[in-house]
Amino acid sequence: MSRIADRFAACKARGEGALVAYLMAGDPDAARGRTALSAVAAGGADVIELGVPFSDPMADGRVIEHAALRALAGGTHLPEIFATVRVFRQEYDTPLLLMTYWNPVLQYGIARACADAVAAGVDGFLISDLPPEEAGPWLAAARPAGLDTVFLLGPTSPERRIRLVAEVGGGFVYCISRLGVTGARAELPPDLFTLIDTIKGFTDKPVAVGFGISTPAQVAEVCAHADGAIVGSALVQTILDHADGELAGAVTAFVRELKAATQGNAPTASK
Amino acid sequence: MPDERGYFGAFGGCYVPETLKTPLEELAAAYAAATADPAFQAELDGYLTRYVGRPTLLYAAANLTRHFGGATILLKREDLCHTGSHKLNNVLGQVLLAKRMGKPRVIAETGAGQHGVATATIAALFGLSCTIYMGAEDVERQALNVFRMRLLGAEVIPVTSGSQTLKDAINEAFRDWVTNLTSTFYVFGTAAGPDPYPRMVRDFQRVISVEIKAQMQAAYGKLPDAVVACVGGGSNAIGSFAAFIDDPSVALYGVEAGGFGLDTGKHSATLTAGRPGVLHGSHSFLLQDAHGQIIETHSISAGLDYPGVGPQHSHLKATGRATYLSVTDDQVLDTFGLLCRTEGILPALESTHAVAALSTLAPALGAGKHIVVTLSGRGDKDVQHVQRHLDARH
Repeated sequence: MSRIADRFAACKARGEGALVAYLMAGDPDAARGRTALSAVAAGGADVIELGVPFSDPMADGRVIEHAALRALAGGTHLPEIFATVRVFRQEYDTPLLLMTYWNPVLQYGIARACADAVAAGVDGFLISDLPPEEAGPWLAAARPAGLDTVFLLGPTSPERRIRLVAEVGGGFVYCISRLGVTGARAELPPDLFTLIDTIKGFTDKPVAVGFGISTPAQVAEVCAHADGAIVGSALVQTILDHADGELAGAVTAFVRELKAATQGNAPTASK
Repeated sequence: MPDERGYFGAFGGCYVPETLKTPLEELAAAYAAATADPAFQAELDGYLTRYVGRPTLLYAAANLTRHFGGATILLKREDLCHTGSHKLNNVLGQVLLAKRMGKPRVIAETGAGQHGVATATIAALFGLSCTIYMGAEDVERQALNVFRMRLLGAEVIPVTSGSQTLKDAINEAFRDWVTNLTSTFYVFGTAAGPDPYPRMVRDFQRVISVEIKAQMQAAYGKLPDAVVACVGGGSNAIGSFAAFIDDPSVALYGVEAGGFGLDTGKHSATLTAGRPGVLHGSHSFLLQDAHGQIIETHSISAGLDYPGVGPQHSHLKATGRATYLSVTDDQVLDTFGLLCRTEGILPALESTHAVAALSTLAPALGAGKHIVVTLSGRGDKDVQHVQRHLDARH
């Protein structure tokens, strides 16, 4: 099993959900981006999604879009990100995925991206605008390299697509909680648990829920029904809010709070 | 035709987030059902005749022909369509489809504002709610069209992200669509984007080349020797080319925006100076840096200021069936005045790119040949912008 699948299995064995934490590489700049990455691992994230900045992130809301533009302004691209992961791996074994749009990977070169990712210690990829139908050339290189490719499913995915993702996807299934772009929301959508149950009817792979999950209470609620919760924009915002202060301490504290929520140790009411 | 996955050769496809895959498949299915339904085509043809004003004229521009010397120049007058550009051909088709699909709301992106005005117009005609996304920089340089859209009852949202031009407006429109899928139909303005948009927009704009063919036959008893059109995303060009792709005697020329010049890096000449990549749902030529980040483009014309291009154009370039060239802002400014003075026609800055290319194409083709140039839009929207540029020259 992959490091990602192992971690989900370990969480399940302990009776807790997996906390999947997203942050943008190189945000707010290269040095502080590395600080934030280590702080997320130190806080106890089970899986890290490290964002690869793209100039035109059409699936993302304002918070992540602006993070991408800050990272690009600082010159963060795949070579810098692989270097960051290589250093990170000297200290942490937290499973780590790169979350990216397709064009930066395509231009880097599919085979080269797989080789360099494996060498750096990346466990997998999640490519926002590469649905299974277009992923053939990528999967042909990523699978033999031992990289997990995580695909997404959402409220509009019919049974045929759920079966397709269950068949070709690796690591876990990313369940998009709602229609729309990334970003914090006050409430979980009412039909979310039906969606999770539907997906779980077709696959034994772990199912983690993202889009709009921002508070410990939401993480706890999600983890009562799914195998993991994904927090992105709220963490990116926390990094930005503390960029000029106690960055590592603030990030670690927030992640620790979110992780505790996956273990059922969280307030049940929204903050 | 593209293959079943929406590829024209190596170009096209459907590179979108999961949430958009099923809505695009539903759109493709609805489009297939509509094209198989004679009532749909009859309804569309009816509006094209009685509302848009088709067929548009194919006008033999004798003064312009004399000016450049060489081939006889014919202007395909899409600028005479209702709302002043070819955009209405596509918008009518897509909004009739939206009506069939029961969508009460339409959204669109716009660069020069022509597609936004066309969408706002048809939304008004059919009583649909309408939101238009437009880059903040374009809102500034196309103020007249912003006013027109608002008069037509549309909400115009200036987009302040990225380069604040057409590509950012497309990003924002996709974000709206993925949030409001149930109620909303995304009226995509150019022959780019994920499948089925490139082929759907091409089919709705195909009427341009079908008419050119018939009009050439009626007036001269032959096919044109060349067809020229400007290319941003490429909708008027693909519409002008479509019926001639299988006629090898007809040379096809697409004219891109050379901006300040290709060597300055400040241009929008995607096919001339770019390389393949994926943006806005399809694999096609792009203006991008070494890391695959999209480069900010420049053109004097908002409608051509786009770093991507429709995938069928990439295919036509790769196969050599069409030739793509570029002209600079300066050449466009010179030609804008030329067409006004020689023919009494005020062209859109976008269309003026195609006319500017005639200075070399018409003499090269030579006397006795016929070259058709699609005048995709009228230039009323551009006069203040052009005046500022001309003043700055002095």
